[in-house]
Amino acid sequence: MTPPMKDHLMKLIDYYDRVIRLQHDAEIKRELRDEEDVFLLLCFSELLGVPNPVSYYTLELYPEMIERFHEWHLRMGMEKSPLDGIRCC
Amino acid sequence: MNGLVLALVGMLVFFLGYRYYSKLVAERIYRLDPDAVTPAHQFRDGVDFVPTNKFVLWGHHFTSVAGAAPIVGPAMAVYWGWLPAFLWVVLGTVFAAGVHDFGALVLSARNKGQSIGTLANRLIGRRAKLLFLFIILILVLMVNAVFAWVISNLFITFPSSVVAVFMQIPLAIWIGYKVHRRSKNMLLPSLAALLVMYASAVLASNIPALQIDLVSYYGGEGNVTPLGLDATSLAFLTWIVVLMIYVYIASTLPVWKLLQPRDYINSHQLVVGLAILYLGLLFTTPEVTAPATRDVSDVSWFPILFITIACGAISGFHGLVASGTTSKQLNNEKDARFVGYFGAVGEGTLALITIIAVVTAFSTQDEFLTAYSDYAVANADGLTHFVGGAAELAGGLMIPPGVAETIVAVIVVSFAATTLDTAVRLMRYIISEIGQEYKFPSLTKKHVATGIAVGSSTALVLMPGDDRGLGAGGYLLWPLFGTSNQLLAGITLLLITIYLRAKGRNFLVSFIPMVFLLCMTLWAMVTQVVFEWSMFGENPDILLFALGSIIMVFAVWILLEAVAVFRKDRHGIDVDE
Repeated sequence: MTPPMKDHLMKLIDYYDRVIRLQHDAEIKRELRDEEDVFLLLCFSELLGVPNPVSYYTLELYPEMIERFHEWHLRMGMEKSPLDGIRCC
Repeated sequence: MNGLVLALVGMLVFFLGYRYYSKLVAERIYRLDPDAVTPAHQFRDGVDFVPTNKFVLWGHHFTSVAGAAPIVGPAMAVYWGWLPAFLWVVLGTVFAAGVHDFGALVLSARNKGQSIGTLANRLIGRRAKLLFLFIILILVLMVNAVFAWVISNLFITFPSSVVAVFMQIPLAIWIGYKVHRRSKNMLLPSLAALLVMYASAVLASNIPALQIDLVSYYGGEGNVTPLGLDATSLAFLTWIVVLMIYVYIASTLPVWKLLQPRDYINSHQLVVGLAILYLGLLFTTPEVTAPATRDVSDVSWFPILFITIACGAISGFHGLVASGTTSKQLNNEKDARFVGYFGAVGEGTLALITIIAVVTAFSTQDEFLTAYSDYAVANADGLTHFVGGAAELAGGLMIPPGVAETIVAVIVVSFAATTLDTAVRLMRYIISEIGQEYKFPSLTKKHVATGIAVGSSTALVLMPGDDRGLGAGGYLLWPLFGTSNQLLAGITLLLITIYLRAKGRNFLVSFIPMVFLLCMTLWAMVTQVVFEWSMFGENPDILLFALGSIIMVFAVWILLEAVAVFRKDRHGIDVDE
């Protein structure tokens, strides 16, 4: 196969892949986002008044979580952090 | 005449419709603005609201709307000759479906990507939202009953397709897990799944032991089983019960586990199916043996044709897809013309090739006239003739007829099964919503709502019948499916008309198709309900009479809403958010 032909073929395959992946990607992302929300809830449960038996370990995660927490509250339609203890913005 | 000529003429009209009519509608009527901020940009979240390339979005929209319905309707409607069906598909696509799909997309994109139901609530009122909910409820109920019958019918006629269709389920679950847990690409596994399915179809069509032929297991056609039913009726009953158990499970699972990967494999099947049919047509150039028009004494084509072919000419379901997901992914408002209008054209090409496959399937006109001897036979056997005709076209690509028939049956069953899955799931949501609306909290529970959806659908598909026994009357529900689909399109066209009128634009482009559709469906329903199914009619049937009457009431209701809207001051309606 000549290189331009191969390029066209690859483009076609890529286009086809994008077409049929579009909706499925959204569904998978939604599913993963829900899992992420549950994980966040577990990590920040003490701030919401839910006792956390492993707070010693989750505390260590806080620096890693700040960025994701910020994304979460923006996604939930809150421009500023809703929790006093976390000042991400 | 040659079938290829029919395809070329149809394509030419589609092309002219897109090139000139949609341009006129886009520039003068909807006045698309390339600088407008679309919901995909305004609410971009990386999940639902994602700006998407117009070609990719078109492909997605087309694969979402195309299914078994644009095949079943035209395969029945050629009973009146090829010309009426051909004209309705071609002109309906250009002047009704195109404007409808395009309009639903524009309207939703200009209103934060809201769905048709929400827009009906805002532009007309709560009454319209309830009307919309009930019409969708009756539509999905019909879909469940009709498609359960369609699949059972194909399983009984083409027993070699059963193994491949059931094989799709574990394959889809495997893909679902692979993609979800490991974030792998779906393309290669789904192509592998497709190959496994088709290989099993080839094997099954050559090895009789792999053909699940329930009728012969029950002693062959005409044999009365110990249950008192004849073998064919019992086979219908078995398949319908198996399917309903399957959809119960499938529609309560998370979508990524089964429905989505199955949808993914079906997208390949749509491409494979269309490619086989159009390439086959090019290589075989078959002669049209069916007559152009035909005088029949039982059921006149006017106005029943317009409810027999819904999808493929105009379908309300497209409005749900356009305003549900597509409008949230529109990158630029100008893309709406290509995605919406050309999406309708895509479905039109599927209906067109169905007509061609059926009208070229027979070697002489007499054979066609015998196969389509009366309206009831046409409805019951239309799909089988499509599978036969499609297999003949596939012969042009050197695919043996037995294998081709099995593969085409697998494709049609897969489309119908996904439609069934989605419709049961949708019905569950609507029952929950009605439960919320009327304060019945138990209806909002997943298993209660699904149980009601599956139970009522099973009862509906088993109830109507003719002298051929249980399940044989499922096709009688087809006109009711067509009618409810058209009424849904009627609501969307009414919303587009309200929008255009409030903006002071020429609203005839959506108003004329709306009036035409509502009049035809109303007329067809009166003909069927009063002269056919009522106690004074030729074939009294209390169930069909009741369902038809309900749909007729809905049609009158929409007409009254339309009249009420036109009596209001057009400036009093807030159409843009």
